[in-house]
Amino acid sequence: MTHSDTGGTRLDPWLGSYAARAHNMRASEIRALFAVASRPEVVSLAGGMPFIGGLPLEEIGEMMRRLIVEQGEVALQYGSGQGYEPLREHITEVMALEGIHAHPDDVVVTTGSQQALDLVTKIFINPGDVIVAEAPSYVGALGVFRAHEADVVHVPMDADGLVPEELEKALTQLAAEGRSVKFLYTVPNYHNPGGVTLSMERRPRVLEICQRFGVLVLEDNPYGLLGFDAEPLPALRSMDEEGVIYLGSFSKTFAPGFRVGWAVAPHAVREKLVLASEAAILCPSNASQMAISSYLDHHDWKGQIKKFREQYRERRDAMISALEEFMPDATWNVPDGGFYVWVKLPDGLDAKSMLPRAVTARVAYVPGTAFYYDGTGANYIRLSYCYPTSERIKEGVRRLAGVVDAELETVQIFGKGGTEASSTVEFPSPDLA
Amino acid sequence: MKVMILAGGLSHERDVSIRSGRRVWEALEERGIRATVHDVDTTLLPNLQSLDDAVVWPLLHGASGEDGSLQALLELVDAPFVGTGSREARVAWVKPVAKAVFSRAGVSTPDYVTLPQSLFREVGAEHVLSALLSKFPLPLVVKPARGGSALGVSLVTEADDLAQAMVRCFAYGDQAMIERAVSGTEVAVSVVGHDDQAKVLPAVEIVCDGPYDYDARYNPGRVEYFAPSRLEPAQVAAVEEAALAVHRTMGLRDLSRIDMIVDAAGVAQVIDINVAPGMTETSLFPQAVEASGEELGALYARIVEGAFSR
Repeated sequence: MTHSDTGGTRLDPWLGSYAARAHNMRASEIRALFAVASRPEVVSLAGGMPFIGGLPLEEIGEMMRRLIVEQGEVALQYGSGQGYEPLREHITEVMALEGIHAHPDDVVVTTGSQQALDLVTKIFINPGDVIVAEAPSYVGALGVFRAHEADVVHVPMDADGLVPEELEKALTQLAAEGRSVKFLYTVPNYHNPGGVTLSMERRPRVLEICQRFGVLVLEDNPYGLLGFDAEPLPALRSMDEEGVIYLGSFSKTFAPGFRVGWAVAPHAVREKLVLASEAAILCPSNASQMAISSYLDHHDWKGQIKKFREQYRERRDAMISALEEFMPDATWNVPDGGFYVWVKLPDGLDAKSMLPRAVTARVAYVPGTAFYYDGTGANYIRLSYCYPTSERIKEGVRRLAGVVDAELETVQIFGKGGTEASSTVEFPSPDLA
Repeated sequence: MKVMILAGGLSHERDVSIRSGRRVWEALEERGIRATVHDVDTTLLPNLQSLDDAVVWPLLHGASGEDGSLQALLELVDAPFVGTGSREARVAWVKPVAKAVFSRAGVSTPDYVTLPQSLFREVGAEHVLSALLSKFPLPLVVKPARGGSALGVSLVTEADDLAQAMVRCFAYGDQAMIERAVSGTEVAVSVVGHDDQAKVLPAVEIVCDGPYDYDARYNPGRVEYFAPSRLEPAQVAAVEEAALAVHRTMGLRDLSRIDMIVDAAGVAQVIDINVAPGMTETSLFPQAVEASGEELGALYARIVEGAFSR
């Protein structure tokens, strides 16, 4: 144990050596509470874990066996920094479903799209640079932005997604202040956590505003193929190849355990992404990429996505039905796809303060503050319906309703909530994905 | 002999418990003692019954681990275990009850009152809060009557913040303890053994840049620890005497940690007792062991051997 000049110790001999950006990386009370969510007694409506049980696991197991036996010398070797070429070809086919026409050379495969987020942020952001993002925004992105010392300015959404007028207002204000805005981060389809989709009408308007202000668009699209009714809308990237970096992922449409995502970017940006990725990880996993490539070659992956959509639609319906039955005083959106319902709690409740009570009641959710850079959002929670069965979802919402009632009683007794502005951004963990 | 470490559980402190379990496992394994880490689930009793030479070390923090429930179960199946027995643990778990017991033995503790949420509802929160503020000058501390790791604890310095502190506290349980805040030197005194054989380890002094809350406890950096403490010899004697008095009066066994503040008058004011103290990388009990000059594994081995032969 290293001791300081005072004779005491702070239990970390490298405390004085950390970069400034590491000072905010702290395990929080919220993270600790999530440790309980993995226990089977707890109905976790927190994590965005896909329903892996819906996959043909035996067939995938056989596919993996054959991959290692027949192509092990390649699969278990280092690979290309840009990614396995046959997979990149497949990725162009996947993206074509949302109107993106790309060449395999345009694609950079990454370790989940989370790594792509990190790479884009690394090559664009200096400390203090501004990223404009929806309010609320994906917690995992906010964690990356915080790690790179960005400042995030939120722009409101409504039922049709990001509000163009608000975006224009924010960019005008930031320009007047002389702030350096590097990109707009947006999840246009079945937003995490908001559940809404950027309407077709708004897509060109958002792009036009960003072009006018010289702001790049970072389009994060893990859920685009998981709509319940409508065909996928054209990706922003399909409308503006020079102004949009597109991030895709197999985590939600296939399986997150492979950790395979990708980026498609304007050519000069793509070159930097490859170099940055090689510097970070040398290359993405060949085994994972080849497994996904084989899956796309030999399985009815579109049929599997259709099955997922049906399963998620059933669970979405179960959640909405349970909310209507048990939580009439809350309000929520009804998502047309994706994994999440964004719930506004009755006035006066602070979801973060309420979380211990929920853990006691064996139900978990993600407090709204996790999705805002400025610590607001205390009155909201994100509920995920992707993983638990419909019966468990109903039970979870029933428990949650009891928690809300009890917390509401406490707040009413004391005349105010436990709301505290949070100055910290939750760092991404699988619990919050 | 094999040690079955129980860690995890379903309390708010599951994460801390898992970390404690891992650290104790490492120390025992380094000492050559076979140990395994188990969660508390439906496999617990079958696992226990399949081992005829096992001693259990419950490292569950929070409810069921520290409130005597798990200990009662272990007593029920005659499984030898490390730590305080069920009845004594149950008394120690409820902070105001524990304070009432050890203060009768002459140990000082800050003034306090314990109130259920229902009373605020029935009598009117405004009246009760007003009464609290007239009795307890600011700053004061609001904490759940049961629980650890400073979860749900608030240091209230402004009257306007008291209601919010109560809401935070009641999210962890239905009883709140409101305590006069004491300023001074914060120390933790660990005790090993029991009855007349109980011995104190060197006090660990805690110097924090704010409240010694969850963030400060489990993220190195905000707290500077001094082990042994920088207290004057007379103060050292006072805190050791207080810790031993609490440990013996409460009937604690094998190990405990007594948290206290030495106030301006040099009086050791006991603010909390722990029958299953944290054993993580940043926890106070392991620091006290290291300050004593004994290796962690050696002390842990003595503790489990003592429990096994009991």
